[in-house]
Amino acid sequence: MAHKSDLIASDIDGYLKAQEEKSLLRFITCGSVDDGKSTLIGRLLFESKLIFEDQLSALEADSKKMGTQGDKLDFALLVDGLASEREQGITIDVAYRFFSTEKRKFIVADTPGHEQYTRNMATGASTAELAIILIDARKGILTQTRRHSFIVSRLGIENVVLAVNKMDLVGYSQQVFSDIEIAYRAFAKELGGIEHITAIPMSALEGDNIVERSKAMDWYNGPVLLEHLETVGVRDAAQTKAFRMPVQWVNRPNLDFRGFSGFISSGAVKPGDLIKVLPSAKESTVARIVTMDGDLDEAVAGQSVTLTLNDEIDISRGDMICAAGDPSEVANQFETTILWMADEPMYPGRPYLLKNGTSTVNATITRPKYRIDVNTLSHEAAHELALNEVGVCNISLDRSIPFDPYPDNRETGSFILIDKMTNSTVGMGMIHFALRRSSNVHWQALDVERSTRASIKGQKPAVLWFTGLSGSGKSTIANIVDRKLIAMNAHTMLLDGDNVRHGLNKDLGFTDADRVENIRRVAEVSKLMTDAGLITLVSFISPFRAERRLARDLVGEGEFIEVFVDTPLEVAEARDRKGLYKKARAGQIKNFTGIDSPYEAPENAEIHIVTTEVSPEAAADEIVRQLVSRGIVFS
Amino acid sequence: MQTLTHLQRLEAESIHIMREVAAEADNPVMLYSVGKDSAVMLHLALKAFYPSKPPFPLMHVDTTWKFREMIAFRDRVAEKYGLDLIVHINEDGVRQGVGPFSHGSALHTDIMKTQSLKQALDKYKFDVAFGGARRDEEKSRAKERVFSFRTADHRWDPKNQRPELWRIFNTRKAKGESIRVFPLSNWTELDIWQYIHLEKINIVPLYFAAKRPVVERDGTLIMVDDERMPLNPGEVPEERMVRFRTLGCYPLTGGIESEAATLTEIIQEMLLTTTSERQGRVIDHDQSASMEKKKQEGYF
Repeated sequence: MAHKSDLIASDIDGYLKAQEEKSLLRFITCGSVDDGKSTLIGRLLFESKLIFEDQLSALEADSKKMGTQGDKLDFALLVDGLASEREQGITIDVAYRFFSTEKRKFIVADTPGHEQYTRNMATGASTAELAIILIDARKGILTQTRRHSFIVSRLGIENVVLAVNKMDLVGYSQQVFSDIEIAYRAFAKELGGIEHITAIPMSALEGDNIVERSKAMDWYNGPVLLEHLETVGVRDAAQTKAFRMPVQWVNRPNLDFRGFSGFISSGAVKPGDLIKVLPSAKESTVARIVTMDGDLDEAVAGQSVTLTLNDEIDISRGDMICAAGDPSEVANQFETTILWMADEPMYPGRPYLLKNGTSTVNATITRPKYRIDVNTLSHEAAHELALNEVGVCNISLDRSIPFDPYPDNRETGSFILIDKMTNSTVGMGMIHFALRRSSNVHWQALDVERSTRASIKGQKPAVLWFTGLSGSGKSTIANIVDRKLIAMNAHTMLLDGDNVRHGLNKDLGFTDADRVENIRRVAEVSKLMTDAGLITLVSFISPFRAERRLARDLVGEGEFIEVFVDTPLEVAEARDRKGLYKKARAGQIKNFTGIDSPYEAPENAEIHIVTTEVSPEAAADEIVRQLVSRGIVFS
Repeated sequence: MQTLTHLQRLEAESIHIMREVAAEADNPVMLYSVGKDSAVMLHLALKAFYPSKPPFPLMHVDTTWKFREMIAFRDRVAEKYGLDLIVHINEDGVRQGVGPFSHGSALHTDIMKTQSLKQALDKYKFDVAFGGARRDEEKSRAKERVFSFRTADHRWDPKNQRPELWRIFNTRKAKGESIRVFPLSNWTELDIWQYIHLEKINIVPLYFAAKRPVVERDGTLIMVDDERMPLNPGEVPEERMVRFRTLGCYPLTGGIESEAATLTEIIQEMLLTTTSERQGRVIDHDQSASMEKKKQEGYF
């Protein structure tokens, strides 16, 4: 008996007290249409006395009308919900069921076994702490058993119950059972990731080894299913890991209170703990753990709380508060496993939105390194991923996010992919590791702020990005601007494209990939110089809009001032001070901008200089005037 | 190490869901039906945003046939917590004199509840609406997502639901579309009662047994809550000890005879009883698979 009627009748307060101490287990059942999955769940509901009399009479009536068990109750009818499914006799989506016993409350994700519904199984598995994999004793391990186990292991479910069902149909044979168990353990070992396997011989239809020990299988000494579900230890492992709380919402009821609300993904936190906020890497200590029921002395993984800190630091949604001594990594490129969930395939290179924790960012996915055949587990080459296909792909984001590898943390290592046009959830993924080695180098917060560095120089930092054809006059004008700024006591630095290629970028050539890397490095260097408080002048042909966009994104809007030095090709070519146009026309230089490689003129440059209308000196005066009006330097 | 209880885990999950909506929705609202599930949902919202107030209004879709005690309780709660309460009534329906006695339960529910809700969501341009529905209430709800999308004309398509993975909710939608969010999806009726008990949450007195004037019709005890209730020839209201397991329009809500006058007695009675919760609701029995059909049409 799952609920003790005597206690309820005699001591309701004692009963309620005991009920309040119950733990929770979320599990998933995986099996095909005729493994008896619905029958198993129906029986668990029935045995735990959660079927009421009116439901029971409806079940009796339904069993007679459309049941498949003759005069017996057809438990499967209890759990097949939608009208369309009832007609087809199959479960078509994920359904959640609830039952409880004296010790635990259970949430069951009931998912279908059809191949086309792999995505539904993965959905159910994503929140499960344990998986019941059903096997028909007559059939043994099937392709779908392998598929289910593969998904279970990749989604990080460490506890599996191998439910060898329909033992009544194989004469309750111990040999049949142990052959299946041995074969499965060998397969699971090969698969990896499944830590604990408990194999139970049962008959859901007859009720053998579900709640009551089977008399027909006295050779079996292990736990019966319900007993195992009530006692298996799960979840608490998250508490032993390092503290992580993605910030969901900033709580500001008034000027005196600033709290950070979130769900604790892992670990525990106490007032006084030293924490680090990612990606800013600012550190502070926890002041209070605020709840409506009063402040807490400690909060652990699985709780939703609001923290206040002892220092005023800028924190917003998408940031992650971590244990300072063991923070998450921060990166923008990962190797991942992706399960595709949409009818339209995943196309490499197309931008999707990626949501991980509370961060939503733009993501681009590379061509799959390989696709994994979920039935044979073999790796195969693929150009794209279709519905229900699983592949290993690299992902690149437009900004860095805090994360942990999925095997270490299911909460901070998981993500969904969203189609920007339809807004539907098209994929799910698990992060393996960051691609750049630098991701393991944590950002060190500096004691002196960049604004301080700039203010003692009496200026605002900025990058003046001069773009234009070779011979347009970029370097000439940039040099005059530089002299004028120095004369105004401003602190500047000039980076010339040609000069940088002699040193920092001397390993780079002129292929597309090298050009992008060339720009990235120059942009990173100029960003460092703005951090130092400098006004940085960059003179660079930078012919492609996408490259200039990259530089702008790296430096940051507001500090990036694009100066378009607009000189018609014939004018620049006529000047040809370095003799490069002549060589290009002669075919001695390939990919020369303006000749056999395009120049994409800026559409919205902050400053536009038409060199055929003004002298270099006048152009420089105009640029300085604009810097003054933008408050970057003071005249 | 501390093991969280099932109620602690359910509470944390519901709070997480509410905060996710507060952070990502443009104009959210909490549908407040005054029942016990709404009481729990509101309590969780107060916790989720403490010390701030919930950053959204409450909205009650009033059919004008609710129990008077529900209305009084609703107004007390809104005042006590200083919440912004919107009461919406389908005035077209009122003008046409729609009611459960004159038009039958199906038409009344459709016009005064389903249509009225759509009207209100359109009027205030709410893009996300919290509802207190639970998956254990009824079979078609067992498959509904926590974030359940509605087309611009408020329809639910059970075959085209977004997968919901881990704790990551995709809240993006096109203009005109809306989302119904069910923070209590994973709670059962027993969880709700236990939580009310543990957290000492106030609920409408109608849940507790008291002497009330009722008439018995087709085996259902209907309370004579006001003078609009037409009595059949020879029908005389009698005072009986009754209470209600669910609350809605008084003519459509059957009471049960009970002596359970305290919270623990209610829970005790519920655990020892053998009929499921929704049986007292007349609308579920209209036709087979009726809830699924109503939901597709926009009923919450």
